[in-house]
Amino acid sequence: MTPIWVQLTYLACAVCFILALKGLSGPKTARIGNLIGAAAAVVAVAVPFFYLDLDHLALILVAIAIGTAGGVFGAQRVQMTQMPQMVALFNGVGGGAAALVALLELHELIPLTEIDGAVNWFTLAATAFTILVGSISFAGSVVTFAKLQELMTSRPVVFPGLPILFGASGIAAVVLGVVTVTGPAVWVGVVLALVGLLIGLLLVLPVGGADVPIVISLLNAFTGLTVAAGGYVLDNVVLLVAGTLVGASGTFLTMLMAKAMGRSVANILFGALKGGSTLGSGEASDRPVKSAGPEDVAILLGYADRVIVVPGYGLAVAQAQHTLRELVEVLIARGTKVDYAIHPVAGRMPGHMNVLLAEAQVPYEQLVEMDEINGEFKHTDVVLVVGANDVVNPAAKTTPGAPIYGMPILNADEAQQVVFMKRSMRPGFAGIENELLFDPRTTLLFGDAKDSLGKLLNAVKAL
Amino acid sequence: MSEPIVWLTIFVLSVFVGIDVIAKVSSTLQTPLMSGANAIHGIILLGAVIVTGTTDNDVALVVGLVAIVLAAINMVGGFVVTDRMLQMFVRKKKPAPAPTSDGGAA
Repeated sequence: MTPIWVQLTYLACAVCFILALKGLSGPKTARIGNLIGAAAAVVAVAVPFFYLDLDHLALILVAIAIGTAGGVFGAQRVQMTQMPQMVALFNGVGGGAAALVALLELHELIPLTEIDGAVNWFTLAATAFTILVGSISFAGSVVTFAKLQELMTSRPVVFPGLPILFGASGIAAVVLGVVTVTGPAVWVGVVLALVGLLIGLLLVLPVGGADVPIVISLLNAFTGLTVAAGGYVLDNVVLLVAGTLVGASGTFLTMLMAKAMGRSVANILFGALKGGSTLGSGEASDRPVKSAGPEDVAILLGYADRVIVVPGYGLAVAQAQHTLRELVEVLIARGTKVDYAIHPVAGRMPGHMNVLLAEAQVPYEQLVEMDEINGEFKHTDVVLVVGANDVVNPAAKTTPGAPIYGMPILNADEAQQVVFMKRSMRPGFAGIENELLFDPRTTLLFGDAKDSLGKLLNAVKAL
Repeated sequence: MSEPIVWLTIFVLSVFVGIDVIAKVSSTLQTPLMSGANAIHGIILLGAVIVTGTTDNDVALVVGLVAIVLAAINMVGGFVVTDRMLQMFVRKKKPAPAPTSDGGAA
């Protein structure tokens, strides 16, 4: 029987996790919420050292130290632009850890199954679930990491036998799960883990680059549920509550994100399997466009009354946020009204662009969310699109069948003038042509975003 | 103790709480929220410590230690990276280079 003080401490930790999530969902309380969560996690992990007679104490502490060092190192070193893949990686190792814990627990449970009634079938089922879903989360997260880090193509990867293979591995997982309950053996668990890895791989490969962040969120929820099931197996209430909270809120968050892109989660996961549209790629990239030098664009901007900046991931990749902020400051000093229009999925995850601009110390008030600013494009002289593409692509409204059709976009096409800062005519993350580029009101400024913004800044100053 | 119905009750209630507490999150905070939630499931470290500390099998010990390392990366890295993100949100609230308190602009 677990001592009462331990149970009370776990209860307090569970409450802290609820407060942490609550805090994280409000701007003023977010940081303290995260710290509450961290404190509760540290306390919860410390508890077994005080009430259980743990063996291998030195090795355990060394392993914790190694993991802590690795986590801190990764978290401190990562560029803010690479945040999504870092979260994916952290999520993956968590899922992997849960699967390994469940495998060990299976190994411990097997001798007990000899005794009648010592282990109920539900415990074994929860163990199988943890092994399977933890492995899916691990493999899936590694693939999302590879996609976002551009270690592999970010386009959907589909091959002819994929749906069949996917279905077959799904059936195999169910069969192995049943075997784990009826005749548990460690090798069954190991095979189940391998099948889980395969499913994770097959689940994420067909997902296109722009949708990967939603998959990260979904896998995050998966890991949460895995940890919850692990909590049941280990008879540990804090794991159950924490895991369930993450599983539930993660699932809900995934649906919020999918909604922001005008898609359903099922469509994101399985859209490519239906031989869905991969519109554009080779199409008409040699069509005529109007391009101009920094001086011309400087005149456009310098004499405009109302300018809206649409920042995208390309801005952050070029590390040009600071230069952009300076340019906006100069324009504001000249009497131009300038705001940043933030699309919900600008960057690579919802809210990612806010983080990136905050890093460059752009004042919070200048960041305006899509719903608030969309009515203002009509009265805007110049829209400056920096490193963004899909979020202003009118195809989302006009071309049924385009992968982004239905996604709410920023109405840049309603402005008097649009200036695109682009490196090349390469299509955006979603891999589709943007008609707005060929609009007569659109001017293109080619070049590296940081370089071009620097030139633009000097040219505006010289006006 | 491990009456499945008790656990099921806790599970179901936690689902509702989990959805309810984040229902009103603004899109601005979705990335840090996802990252923070991600760190919370790193609590599997607790499970990893318990199974590793109670095993007497060498292979299991090695597997357990690997699980501990992975879980610690998840938990610690997750909270640190979330804090790094949120730090930036906080910084801009008050003009950073403001020289001491002289009751300036609000």
